[in-house]
Amino acid sequence: MDSESGNPEFVNVVTMNGIVKRFPGVLANDHVNFSLRKGEIHALLGENGAGKSTLMNILAGLYRPEAGIIKVNNKPVSFSNPRQAIAAGIGMVHQHFMLVPSQTVTENILLGLDTPKFFLRLKEYDRIIADLGDRFGLEVDPTAKIWQLSVGEQQRVELLKMLYRGAEVLIMDEPTAVLAPSEIDGLFGIMRKMIDQGKSIIFISHKLNEVMAISDQVTVLRRGKVTAAGVRTKGTTIPELARLMVGRDVIFDLERKPQKPGGVVMEVKDVHAINDKGLPALQGASLYVKAGEIVGLAGVAGNGQRELAEVVTGLRKCTQGNILVQGEDITNKDARSGIRHNVSHIPEDRAHVGTAPNLSMTDNLIMKKYNRQPIGNGWFVNMHAAEKNSQELKDAYDIIAPSINTPVRLLSGGNLQRVILAREISALPALMVAVQPTRGLDVGAIEGVQRLLLAQREAGSAVLLISEELDELLALSDRIYVIYEGKMMGEVCDGNVEQIGLMMTGTPMKVE
Amino acid sequence: MDILVILQAGVASGTVLLFATLGGILNERSGVQNLGMEGMMLMGAVTAMLVTVNVGSPWLGILAGILAGGLLSLIHAFICITLQADQVVSGLALTFLGTGLSLVMGEGLSKAGAISLMPVITIPLLTKIPILGPVFFTNQSILVYLGYILTPLASYYIYKTRPGMHLRAVGEYPAAADALGISVYGLRYLYTFIGGLFAGLAGGTISLAISPGWFSDLTTAGQGWIAIGLIIFAQWDPMRGAMGAYMFGALRRLILDIQGPTRLFGLANPFYYNPYLGFFLQMIPYAFTIIVLIIGSQEANRKRLGTPAALNIPFIRGQRG
Amino acid sequence: MSETSSLPSAAPRRKLPFSVVVEPRLEETPKWLPVVVSLFAVVVALLIGALVLAFAGSDPWKSYAGIGKAAFGSWGQFSDTMVKAIPLMLVGLACSVAFRMRIWNIGAEGQFFIGAFFASSVVLIPILPGDTPRWLFILTMALAGIIGGALWGFIPGFLRAKFNVNEVITTLMLNYIAVAWNNFFIFAIWTEGGFQMSKMFPKNAWLPRLADMAAQVPFFRGMTTHLGLIFAIIAAAIVWFILYRSKWGYEIRLIGDNPRAAEYAGIPIKRNIIFVMMVSGALAGLAGMSEITGVVHRLQGSISPGYGFTGIIIAWLAKLNPFVVIIVSILFGALILAGREIQPSGIPKLIQGIILVCLIASDFLLRYRIRIIRRSEVE
Repeated sequence: MDSESGNPEFVNVVTMNGIVKRFPGVLANDHVNFSLRKGEIHALLGENGAGKSTLMNILAGLYRPEAGIIKVNNKPVSFSNPRQAIAAGIGMVHQHFMLVPSQTVTENILLGLDTPKFFLRLKEYDRIIADLGDRFGLEVDPTAKIWQLSVGEQQRVELLKMLYRGAEVLIMDEPTAVLAPSEIDGLFGIMRKMIDQGKSIIFISHKLNEVMAISDQVTVLRRGKVTAAGVRTKGTTIPELARLMVGRDVIFDLERKPQKPGGVVMEVKDVHAINDKGLPALQGASLYVKAGEIVGLAGVAGNGQRELAEVVTGLRKCTQGNILVQGEDITNKDARSGIRHNVSHIPEDRAHVGTAPNLSMTDNLIMKKYNRQPIGNGWFVNMHAAEKNSQELKDAYDIIAPSINTPVRLLSGGNLQRVILAREISALPALMVAVQPTRGLDVGAIEGVQRLLLAQREAGSAVLLISEELDELLALSDRIYVIYEGKMMGEVCDGNVEQIGLMMTGTPMKVE
Repeated sequence: MDILVILQAGVASGTVLLFATLGGILNERSGVQNLGMEGMMLMGAVTAMLVTVNVGSPWLGILAGILAGGLLSLIHAFICITLQADQVVSGLALTFLGTGLSLVMGEGLSKAGAISLMPVITIPLLTKIPILGPVFFTNQSILVYLGYILTPLASYYIYKTRPGMHLRAVGEYPAAADALGISVYGLRYLYTFIGGLFAGLAGGTISLAISPGWFSDLTTAGQGWIAIGLIIFAQWDPMRGAMGAYMFGALRRLILDIQGPTRLFGLANPFYYNPYLGFFLQMIPYAFTIIVLIIGSQEANRKRLGTPAALNIPFIRGQRG
Repeated sequence: MSETSSLPSAAPRRKLPFSVVVEPRLEETPKWLPVVVSLFAVVVALLIGALVLAFAGSDPWKSYAGIGKAAFGSWGQFSDTMVKAIPLMLVGLACSVAFRMRIWNIGAEGQFFIGAFFASSVVLIPILPGDTPRWLFILTMALAGIIGGALWGFIPGFLRAKFNVNEVITTLMLNYIAVAWNNFFIFAIWTEGGFQMSKMFPKNAWLPRLADMAAQVPFFRGMTTHLGLIFAIIAAAIVWFILYRSKWGYEIRLIGDNPRAAEYAGIPIKRNIIFVMMVSGALAGLAGMSEITGVVHRLQGSISPGYGFTGIIIAWLAKLNPFVVIIVSILFGALILAGREIQPSGIPKLIQGIILVCLIASDFLLRYRIRIIRRSEVE
């Protein structure tokens, strides 16, 4: 492959050589080399857990490598904190925005800087920041508080924060994950504008089409190692990159056997609900799921998906509307009544909602049946039955854990998800609500989860799949609803991506 | 029973709570709660007294008291910030430690006799203002005036200055502050220490100004805990904290003074030297704290953005939150 | 690397040879490790205490030896230690139950007083006449103590569940109110000849002591250990059974570890907060009852040298394990019994504080030394 690394025309702004970083039990970066040319967009491609974020966190001064040399503008550097990295012109926009919700845009941008020295004089700085925004096409109200902003706007604040600090190199960690297709185009526009202004960008992603669309060069990481270093994007293809990323040819042979759905299992009728901030999150959402079908819910993050899942599973009260499960109204009953009606729930946040980290695997696996025979017995928990349940599920779902008494916080992400799946599927659900079930898992684990969902469909369960991965929705769903600002924009049965993209940005489906 | 006299004494008495509350607000704004307030106040009170008795200067005494509170708070800082232990339990431990240590240091101190106290002054012109003059600016300890200055300063500091902005960031989203090179650990240590200094000042204010002397752990009589309640009531806002503190101060005075006069509003005063009803009067500040807490908590629930989001959560780099 | 990213055991073993070996070991925290670390913390605390004693001008080793001798020197002294330990056991259990659910009941002191008050009122109102049979007296008074404590626990529990009011402060405020309430009754209503105490309870209302059996077993002569010990041991067994074998205990543990997961599992959290506070209060109330019917035999002001607060330390030192609470209580009973003679008088309280500080600090050792071991094995 042609890497052109010796071409003197190009100036490397960043060079990383032989970077090694360990975490307990993982070699996150194994002698990684990486270089970024001035005025280019360099994509860093890899699966979840391949070590992309780790490498960039090192470059941004958050972690210190165990070995390796970093050069910025050909000068060796060693950052012991992010401030030094920023001073050297390297700014990172994290996947989870690092913004203080209760502070204004300007305050967030000024955080950690030496000026203003003592008194804030916000008015003065509001103006400066508005001007900076204009220059890069990053419009956002400097006096707004962060919690009032949309995700896209928050991303702009993050970019402004780095530009204000004079960053020459911008690291963007999965910036498109939270955006709708049209917003992604906007972001790419902004990125090109920044390149025009002389900046250089590192674009972390695991989405091949985006990498192809925006980058000049690609580096691929797999399990902490570089599998392709600085390949020209023009000279490669999506299948080639996919192979480099995954280590084998990716054949998603997920087969969705045609089958006729049964009766309606769950119906959401004109539901309204407010989010944690007290703002309206659902504004008249309606949908239904039949037995034996997977119904996808697509949408940009923060458009009410989480609230919808919570309302359906009894974790959130709705202010208006009805939820029917198997014909029975369970509106505003608690989670227990959902469980009683055989509603299973794979929550978005595995570690903080789906499991109790310090309790044993056994305790975690009986979470939803501790008060039912045979495990619940009168006032007591039959520990013998609980352990038997645990051993059976551990074997059936290949949960890798030292023992059934292991606290689940010690399990890996994939195994933790398997614990949850084992628990939720073994309840033989009539309805399964799966929220981001594959997020953060590696490819093998993702496939396993997706297969289990399909098996549920074949077994006749109704599955509501809420995901931000459009590919996943397209591969698994019989029908896809698109949610925008708490309302359904429409329903797609034929996998029309353009139609879905339009609806994700708030264009309702045309009625033919 | 003169209302103005009660209010004047109430402001004085409320100054103790004010210092403790201000310190607590700064402390908690950084994401660290210190339930050891009572212990730190006792340490402040006993140290201030001890130094004044032995050296003769209440100025040195108050300084020593302030420092003692600060030093004790460093133990809490170490345990919660460096060792990432539970802040509630650590705060309780600090209460035990401070109480025990102050009892040991104060052994025999209650018989120390009269000592020189912090000076009492009247502000020439301001004292002439009707109502406010006699209540706030007449015959008050110099420490009371310090309270008038510190409250708006703290408020301005938190909302309008760069270090104040950093303080808020560290308490709301430490990972964000950390990513921008703000030292989360450093600031948390600093503000826990400052909280301790304030608590020490509150203690010294008791023993050298408001109710001079050392009465073992009855010196504070739970005021540290009341202050912690006031922080919540104040929604971490210094001005509201001052309002609450003076209100409580007035209440405490009222309870003492109501037992004095024979007649109240033209009727026989049921509390007139009635030691039995006195027990119920004693309960009032504590019961009132609970009521105030209910109000404060309701409000916090409604606003959803009152409590520093990272309060009570240890910061570990590499973990989100 | 984000938390959710794939961790080693999901990865094929071939690729990352060391990572997989390590993870499982992490979990094998040996059972003895917490015990050793806690003991180590206590020893360190006692050493620091010795320094303080030395500063205060007394010979620390003599003081400690004195404590040991005064508490365990003879069977009679051991019996006295047990008398001090009984209320600690019950209060320690009270704290353990609440702490297990991460509800910070630091109002055991107040619940203790209200329990004592309720139990006394059976005799002093009187609810039962003075010649009531002993078993009925004891049963009624125990029940009254339990109800009183539960009631005093209900208030902060309800406020927390209903209004999200911080229970640390409410329970503490209720301590002061409970003491004032008790004082009112012993000063104003039930005072005996103007003294700050009620009249002596009739003998029928006393808990049986070992000394009562001295006629049959001469060895028990003069031993004041009373039936409360049996209460405490039974209570420990019940608490253990509730926590580890009952459905309710499962709910408590789940809420304590992760309230969001509990909510997700359909467990009513608010109701459980109230129940747990009531059980916690009931245990502390029972401690109050056992103290006045077993030791002082009247209602008076000074019935607790801070048992309610010592219970917090005991619960923590016992790592919330009910049976360990029983054992740890005996040690603290010794400290309280013998501590009365140590000068200056603040020393026992100070040492308790130092012990708690060292304990919390030592938890770090428990969580982090393991990581170092793990890391070195990676290399």
